[in-house]
Amino acid sequence: MNPLLRDILVWLVKAGVVYGGLLGVAAGMTLAERKVSAWMQYRHGPNRVGPWGLLQPIADGVKFIFKESLTPDGANRWLFRFAPAIAAVPAMMTVAVIPFGPAVPLPDSWGVPAAFTNLSVTDLDIGLMYLLAIGGLSIYGVILGGWASNSKFSLLGGLRASAQMISYELTLILTILAVVALSGSLSLRGVVEAQPDFWEWNVFHQPLAFVLFSIAAFAETNRHPFDFAECEPELVSGFHTEYSSMRFALFALGEYCAMVVMASLWTTLFLGGYKVPFWENAPWFVCVAAFCAKTSLFLFLYLWVRWTLPRFRFDQLMHLGWKVFLPLALVNLFLTGAAVSYGVDLW
Amino acid sequence: MSTTQTFEYSRAMPPVDHDDPVQGETMMVNMGPQHPATHGVLRLVVRLDGETMEYIDPDVGFLHRGKEKTCESLGWHKFFPHTDRLDYVQPLLNNIAYAMACEKLAGITVPERGQVVRVLLMEVSRIAAHLIYIGTTSIDLGAVSNFFYSFEQRELIYSILDAYTGHRMNNTYVRIGGVYADVDENVERMLEKFLDEFPEKLQVLERLLTGNRIWYGRNRGVGLVSKENAMAWSLTGPNLRGSGVDWDLRKRQPYCGYETYDFDIPVGTVGDCYDRYLVRMEEMRQSCRIAKQALERLKQTRGAEVLAEDRKYVLPPKALVHRSMEELIFQFKVVTDLCLPVGEAYQAVESSKGELGFYVRSDGTSNPLRCHIRAPGLMNVQAIPLLGNGRLLSDLVAIIGSLDFVMGEVDR
Repeated sequence: MNPLLRDILVWLVKAGVVYGGLLGVAAGMTLAERKVSAWMQYRHGPNRVGPWGLLQPIADGVKFIFKESLTPDGANRWLFRFAPAIAAVPAMMTVAVIPFGPAVPLPDSWGVPAAFTNLSVTDLDIGLMYLLAIGGLSIYGVILGGWASNSKFSLLGGLRASAQMISYELTLILTILAVVALSGSLSLRGVVEAQPDFWEWNVFHQPLAFVLFSIAAFAETNRHPFDFAECEPELVSGFHTEYSSMRFALFALGEYCAMVVMASLWTTLFLGGYKVPFWENAPWFVCVAAFCAKTSLFLFLYLWVRWTLPRFRFDQLMHLGWKVFLPLALVNLFLTGAAVSYGVDLW
Repeated sequence: MSTTQTFEYSRAMPPVDHDDPVQGETMMVNMGPQHPATHGVLRLVVRLDGETMEYIDPDVGFLHRGKEKTCESLGWHKFFPHTDRLDYVQPLLNNIAYAMACEKLAGITVPERGQVVRVLLMEVSRIAAHLIYIGTTSIDLGAVSNFFYSFEQRELIYSILDAYTGHRMNNTYVRIGGVYADVDENVERMLEKFLDEFPEKLQVLERLLTGNRIWYGRNRGVGLVSKENAMAWSLTGPNLRGSGVDWDLRKRQPYCGYETYDFDIPVGTVGDCYDRYLVRMEEMRQSCRIAKQALERLKQTRGAEVLAEDRKYVLPPKALVHRSMEELIFQFKVVTDLCLPVGEAYQAVESSKGELGFYVRSDGTSNPLRCHIRAPGLMNVQAIPLLGNGRLLSDLVAIIGSLDFVMGEVDR
């Protein structure tokens, strides 16, 4: 067999696994969201479809497909239809650069020599930049969806989303930059490899960046307590008030995919990615399991916070973003940069 | 902060100056009557400048069912089930308020035990109503789980009421002259258990909300109403006490023997949403205290009458009705053709929302000449523009939640 053909096959398998995994986890998150909230609220949650309600996401999907897709009068039809796709696609694109496991040996067979393949769809040298650039696009879906709906509540939701995105993306990028300065690499795999063992994890070297990133990640994915674009009590679900059927589902899918990507990024940047603590040469499947475990930790945090805390007010969010987080992130970046350039080991 | 509030508030919408580039950019938003945060069918016309509300006009009447007129055409006794539907989160309190107005008119004295049972029911209803306030306000401010924590406690109250009155809501268990039947020992035990455990359960909510930085930020300084404004706008109940006015009908115009109970009236300091929240939290504890004392008294007066002995105005005991022709006739007359003496009476009670008053006027016939309901909720709705003007849209839900009205009562 041609080595090129093998590479293409391997690449296809990896892409299939990653996208299948992402969509699967996103669907699972919709169930987890309801189950976790149910546990926290003395309820049972979905338990009718399949054992333990496990097939609920599928039932939801079927239901969404069969619902009528309404377009309100006066809506900008083209943008209205386009917005859900803009919201959902970037999250699915960014997952390509997330390294979820180490290099895996490919056996010597069919006359092709043995080789290694890295567990990620691709390893871009500027993976982080690609991720931020593409990930930042998803907000256009929210803004355009809110604007094109011709509904006042949706418009306000879209407006809030855009302001929020600008404020929090800054903090997010500045915290990531601190990590990049420490690792000396914009490649996500490079960041992981710069945290070889437990005490080298960036969470210990960059505790402030870790906290800021965690909070900004909530705002970046429009999640409670920063879900102003939706904000059901005052804006009646905000930007997707007027959406129904699969268009609505796409918004939800985009949100959950973005959450999964953000959780993976969190793991990669601060928790050593696929590295297993205290086991340096762990087999690749243990590494993948470790990556999944760390990521689910943050995914659970998303749910936990959502069902516990009240929501901020919009101006409080802006205040927090510009007057607290941004200066802190700047100071953190400055100190990190100074330490790195003078070769001081802060640890 | 209170200096920025003005006593006069013009109801007329300020005109939009279309030449002014900023004013011309305002947006009218119609919140309600199906909006999730308006607690029923309140419609608010809001003019937004960006996110700032520059004009709010509450529009009530979507739940108007003509309760006062219904009373005038149904007759004295048959109106009880309708009082349940006024403020439907505290039906027994409404029952009692109406019954007391009728008793005042007819000069009926409720037996001691009947009054104790009423106090018990009123305080338990108050707790249930305040729990709904906590639950719905937390949902409005995004703390969804607290809704379930408060409703869990409310469910316990409703189970007790179910065991006692046979209904969870809309109990209609109060009669002119007392209450329909005595509290049995099973209900006493349930109540005792609930009252013993409740303050501890309230701590869960307290821990999640009172000290929560976000909750504090959303409520502190929002919806300020000064002492003077609160009185001028005839706010009553926790909304008035939140502004620091020590006015509680249970202390100021005692009824049902409230003067003999030991309890405190919590008052706020500045009159914002947070103060009103704290006042209600403390009121639940005080209600618990009163209810415990009432329960003690019930234990001491076992076997005493709960319904007055008055064949002219009060229902005869059911056991006698089944045996004696005379009593059956009395029962029939009271239910179908009760005539209260000529005169008028106004009786107000401290409901969970404020001063709930019934003004009744009789011309001696079986139909009331006039029945007016002084619903505290209506005054609370009136105050929305006062509290909300110039604030952000997000504050509106906090304000609506903290004013705590029930549209069934506002629109009647």
